[in-house]
Amino acid sequence: MTKSTQTTGPAAPKLRLGGGDGWGYAPAPESTDHVELRGRYGLFIDGEFVDAKGGRTFETANPATEEKIADVALASDADVDAAVAAARRAYDEVWSQLAPRERGKYVYRIARVLQERSRELAITESLDGGKPIRESRDVDIPLAAAHFFYYAGWADKLDYAFPGRDARPLGVAGQVIPWNFPLLMAAWKIAPAIAAGNTVVLKPAETTPLTALKLAEIIRDAGVPPGVVNIVTGAGETGAAVVQHEDVDKVAFTGSTEVGKLIRRALAGSGKHYTLELGGKAANLVFEDAAVDQAVEGIVNGIFFNQGHVCCAGSRLLVQESVAEEVISKLKDRMETLIVGDPLDKNTDIGAINSRAQLDKIEEYLEIGEAEGAEPFQTSCPVPERGYWCRPTLFLRASQSHRVVQEEIFGPVLAVQTFRTVDEGIAMANNTPYGLSGGVWSDKGAKAFRVTSRIRAGVLWANTYNKFDPTAPFGGYKESGIGREGGLAGLHAYLQPEAAA
Amino acid sequence: MSERRPAAASHRLPVLKTHKVYVGGKFPRSESGRFDRTLAPDGTPIANICRCSRKDVRDAVTAARAAQAGWAARTAYNRGQVLYRIAEMLEGRSGQFGALLAAGGATPDEAAAEVQAATDRLLHYAGWTDKFQQVFSSVNPVATSHFNFSILEPMGVVGVLAPESPLLGLVSSIAPAIAGGNTTVVLVTGSQPLPATTFGEVLNSSDVPGGVVNILTGRRDEMLAPLAAHRDVDALLLCSPDPDVARSAEIEAVHNLKRVAVRPHEDWTDVQSPYEITDLQEVKTTWHPIGS
Repeated sequence: MTKSTQTTGPAAPKLRLGGGDGWGYAPAPESTDHVELRGRYGLFIDGEFVDAKGGRTFETANPATEEKIADVALASDADVDAAVAAARRAYDEVWSQLAPRERGKYVYRIARVLQERSRELAITESLDGGKPIRESRDVDIPLAAAHFFYYAGWADKLDYAFPGRDARPLGVAGQVIPWNFPLLMAAWKIAPAIAAGNTVVLKPAETTPLTALKLAEIIRDAGVPPGVVNIVTGAGETGAAVVQHEDVDKVAFTGSTEVGKLIRRALAGSGKHYTLELGGKAANLVFEDAAVDQAVEGIVNGIFFNQGHVCCAGSRLLVQESVAEEVISKLKDRMETLIVGDPLDKNTDIGAINSRAQLDKIEEYLEIGEAEGAEPFQTSCPVPERGYWCRPTLFLRASQSHRVVQEEIFGPVLAVQTFRTVDEGIAMANNTPYGLSGGVWSDKGAKAFRVTSRIRAGVLWANTYNKFDPTAPFGGYKESGIGREGGLAGLHAYLQPEAAA
Repeated sequence: MSERRPAAASHRLPVLKTHKVYVGGKFPRSESGRFDRTLAPDGTPIANICRCSRKDVRDAVTAARAAQAGWAARTAYNRGQVLYRIAEMLEGRSGQFGALLAAGGATPDEAAAEVQAATDRLLHYAGWTDKFQQVFSSVNPVATSHFNFSILEPMGVVGVLAPESPLLGLVSSIAPAIAGGNTTVVLVTGSQPLPATTFGEVLNSSDVPGGVVNILTGRRDEMLAPLAAHRDVDALLLCSPDPDVARSAEIEAVHNLKRVAVRPHEDWTDVQSPYEITDLQEVKTTWHPIGS
């Protein structure tokens, strides 16, 4: 199997809806003509766009066409130094002196302009990262704006947030974000930080820098004082320079568990504050008393949302044995209706894999899964010739020791296992070093509550999946991270822990 | 051992106490068979204590893990009563603890004040068990049709490097951890371990289930690294003013991304707040659809 070739699993059932010759969808591409993209982007330091010192750049490309979109400045250590110095200056001289209510107004402004420019941002997100326009339009951009709006309101209410504690900001936050939700992750990082009175240096992922740079334009146009938000683009070395900078008081990282551990090690003994939002291998448990059709929708959403490039993806399906045959059969049928292709087409369900490197990694896991003896199933939908694509994939009869069960793949690949009793299902769900999220499907409320309370993970979805909200704390147990983003807990991560005098 | 002079005919020879460790609700000796001598401030030997090994650490983690789910499943009300019971037992033994602290160099007044403060601290956290969740959990007003709430859950097994403060510091580090449903492996490595070994007896007579608190005595450089690196420990509470101690333990803790809280205090008089509990809690957010 693997790659863009035909399926080698059991023959896919004939399509009942949505596919077939007479039932194809006409292309419905989103227009891009009003989106202004420059050929070259600089670093956003101290309120201005500047070239990297030494003038180095890297390319960002459209993963659906493999065509270059723009050259982007590659920040060196010296550029990071300048950004941190600007953030420190802004913190000392401006941001920490500002009345909290006024600080909040700036953050509200950002939220509003994000809404105004939402269509442009959604298209840019899909162009640069490959995610379906339906998702960037309906999920990423609205949630990013909502995040700024939510935290803006906290700016003048910090004294009410944590009883008995002084609500003082930490100082300069160094933040590094991944490529799977580029603008949304920038919002998760920047909004609580600046609303609480900190200043930030943010590094977007090297494959998806464009919406963060558009956010920089918005922040500048909103009149936010120079240096409060600095955005430095680059790859891993730039990120390392940000999180290891000695004048950074707080580190916030979203990315792989492997890199998270390196960062945690580097911070040992420093007394610096940190939040780490890392990998996951969430179990989605379907019980025999679940509403099967709803559960199938939830399974599809859980693993195929954003091509499976989701740290909290439901990448392990655990089905109770008595309903496994029905669930898997319906799941295969539903998967056959998924459309893989042009991220800008409003009919597209699964867009482009974010990069060649990520596609290589996913394809390696497809080979590993097959070699280990799991039974592959891949749908038969067509995929474009150029670009990076992966058809929705199952590994049936996977076992606990399989690497496709244990390791995060970060692609549209679902490992399927079965269980008999509730206790066995819970034990299997918890048999992982990760603990970010989990799903439970049962129409029995008492059972759903019991199971969600026994899964060791930070976010549990009962009869739903992949829902997010700025008011709802998000983050992992165990090796999925430390700390929370969103809600009160996310605000806590940007304030001093000292007791009130 | 100062009582080891020959008994005169009119004197009764006192019965000396063997100080053992407290693991899984029992009082074993170190599996290593080794001991260290505890000295009074003037250098006089007071007692022998167990010099625990890395294997003792592993055994204690096993006991703590075995007890964790059951302890967390107790009602908050019940955990509060158990903590209250510890305070009752400590109050009843105030004379004994006062004498132990005095033997370590405290004046009688200081010793009495520390025992009282430790007892009151237990009472304080006993009262928090069924309240911190109310103060710090939340119902989140999400913009979709879901009932969404975030609650606190215990991190699990907490490894505690106990502070030098022999009773108040010890109690102040253990009480908030167990009040929130964690179980603990407590390393006692300071110069005055006897209040800790004796506190094990208080715990054992206070309805605290075996394994909820495990107390090991010995040397920090032998026990802390294996505890900090242990993959079945979820969090560390490092009570040491020495930044190198925290740093080396934090590096070991990276293996499984243990949560680490550092308490550099030497004076534990004011180290009391619900945040001592919440710093050893995870936040879990749960989504339930609202519909028909």
